[in-house]
Amino acid sequence: MMPRDDANALSVIALVSSGRHPVSGRAGRAREDARAVEMGLALAGSALKLAHAGAADDGALRECLEAYLGMFHGLEDDRPGELSLLALKSEDASADDAVPALARWLADSGAQLVLTGQRAECGEGSGMLPYLLAERLGWAVVTGIAAIEQVDDDKATLLQALPQGQRRRLEVSLPCLIAVDAVAPAPRQSAFGPSRRGRISIVDGVEASPDLPRGAWQFQPARARPKRLKVVKSTNARDRFKAAAAKSSASGGQVLTDLTPDQAADKLIGYLRKEKILREEKVLTSVEEKTNADQ
Amino acid sequence: MSIRRIDPHAERIRRNRLHPRHHEFARPAWRWTSADGVTRINPHVLGAIGPNGVKRIDRSGASVEPSSVSASQVSAELTRRQVVIAEPAGYVLVVPELAEGRLSDHDRDLFGLARQLADEHQLAVTAVTFDSAVNGLEEAGADRWLDLSVGFEESAENGAYCPEVRLAGLERIEAALAPAHWLFADTFPGGGDLGRRLAARLSILSDGAEGERAATRVWQVADGKSLSRAGDRQDIQRDVPRVLLALPECAEPISETLHEARPMTLDVSMVALDIDAGLIDTGLIDRGRVAVDPQQIPLAQAPFILSAGRGIGDWEGYHHAARVLGASEGASRVAVDDGNMARTRQVGATGTFVSASCYIAVGISGAVQHLQGIAKCQRVIAINSDPSCDMVKRADLAIIADGDAVLAALCERLGQPRAADEPREELLHDAA
Repeated sequence: MMPRDDANALSVIALVSSGRHPVSGRAGRAREDARAVEMGLALAGSALKLAHAGAADDGALRECLEAYLGMFHGLEDDRPGELSLLALKSEDASADDAVPALARWLADSGAQLVLTGQRAECGEGSGMLPYLLAERLGWAVVTGIAAIEQVDDDKATLLQALPQGQRRRLEVSLPCLIAVDAVAPAPRQSAFGPSRRGRISIVDGVEASPDLPRGAWQFQPARARPKRLKVVKSTNARDRFKAAAAKSSASGGQVLTDLTPDQAADKLIGYLRKEKILREEKVLTSVEEKTNADQ
Repeated sequence: MSIRRIDPHAERIRRNRLHPRHHEFARPAWRWTSADGVTRINPHVLGAIGPNGVKRIDRSGASVEPSSVSASQVSAELTRRQVVIAEPAGYVLVVPELAEGRLSDHDRDLFGLARQLADEHQLAVTAVTFDSAVNGLEEAGADRWLDLSVGFEESAENGAYCPEVRLAGLERIEAALAPAHWLFADTFPGGGDLGRRLAARLSILSDGAEGERAATRVWQVADGKSLSRAGDRQDIQRDVPRVLLALPECAEPISETLHEARPMTLDVSMVALDIDAGLIDTGLIDRGRVAVDPQQIPLAQAPFILSAGRGIGDWEGYHHAARVLGASEGASRVAVDDGNMARTRQVGATGTFVSASCYIAVGISGAVQHLQGIAKCQRVIAINSDPSCDMVKRADLAIIADGDAVLAALCERLGQPRAADEPREELLHDAA
């Protein structure tokens, strides 16, 4: 993944939001958004544009956004970062819906690749934003992206993170929205100088529409989720007692004794094949790799 | 003062000698409650004659006496109440994750939540799957079953990522059934992705400013309100929306009832036609899985681990076996302390808690700390020379043999013996 020579050919925008440290609760960069910015910097260099929709006169928010601008260092040219702050006009900015404003702004911006984190750390944090934007703009949307492998004129090749550390290669047509997973490359540190040099330009005239559904919701401090108890459905007390007192041990395991190593290996391979852990082609590919390595 | 309770059903069966279950109840009871509420025990029908001719009453329950009463109790536990909803007032649709083609615990929780929403209003819980070979939907709690794999065979081969095609199918269902609720598992990139796509689509379809927004990360539904986790240590309490994306343990799984999971048919061929004609512009092409170096996967996430302990003597052979199998390497504390493996590879309470779907322990006897570390593994295979060790008791498949020899034979059977790997060294050793 190299920064492209003709920077004007590909316009990349990263949507950022204010974050919250999971332990200390300090305001700062959101972890996934920072990874999205890092991915955008690796892709587009200092041509990356940042965007946020929120209250323009909020000092704490401004500090958060400057932390993102502080990531514009170590690039080929030392242009300062640029961030467009879509001012939501309403008195209480958190009661405005960011989606229509962002959708309209993105449609006009001519962006081809929009990066963002999977889920915000403040506010609703539903992870719906990329989907709602994509629905309004008619763009493709992909989530859980771990890396961008290649970007061509009309399509991008991405690696999507799957459970258990697996990866899947996807091709997505541009323009598209990419939600970055927490396994993406770690973001660079935010430096003070670049964060001061970065420009936050306030976009006025955004038609903000109030977030009506949210008014009916009730926000409350998160409660600890109840631990699920191991309930033994049994009619007699003895079974219940035994279940409560017993050491957890898998029963019904198969024990094979008096096998030669070859027989044992056959049994093991048979079990792994049956459980679809070992596949024929897997062995073949590793053989191919080995022959390639030998050559 | 306890209240004397009579089971009229049992009394009736006891009186009726022609009842098919009469023998279960007519057996002379060793304990009963007399008319004035006192528990009576007849010791003469209790116990068994021991080997030296003395009658023994074993109250520990260790010796299982073949009593038909307890057998009937056991069968009563195992049988679930069959529930049939013939004419539902509506539908609650559940889209289970079906990782590896089977219902996970998360899926069962989803069905439990769906039953919670459905039972008040006589709705039918309907499972929507993209896979025709699913077992256990009856026990999980599905009244109906919509299998969408029928119309989608060509476009969505097994396991390919095609959220737009699936979304088209779900939209068709939405139009046909107008379900009361949609339930998804909030996991990326499975149900969380598909559910959000559907929620976004529905919020536009039902236009008029903006539709209702989905509740994500729902962890509780109670009293007609759903609680969902928001950012910044907050919960959102709101009326139960139509689309819910629920976290694991959002509700208790179904354990007492059995449902019919009757297959439903819906004309989804229209969707298939659309796809064939390329009318659904997916914009997304799945280029397949990427081969990941198993040693680069974080140990806590690795799906397949070959773990070594004190029983390994031939460490080169072990590393070779891990390469051949394509498994991540793990180790017990002893192997790490002896310097044979890196500290980052240690599995157990003092190392990493692993969640592999298959864990092979070679030469590990299974200390408590190690067994704690592998508690979440689905399949455990032990190769050990000691048949009485704890790992063998824990394992689903235990092979009592020497670990080095089995691993060498395994590599040979898989067509990559180690001698071919490093021929020169081996020759030198032989010469010496």
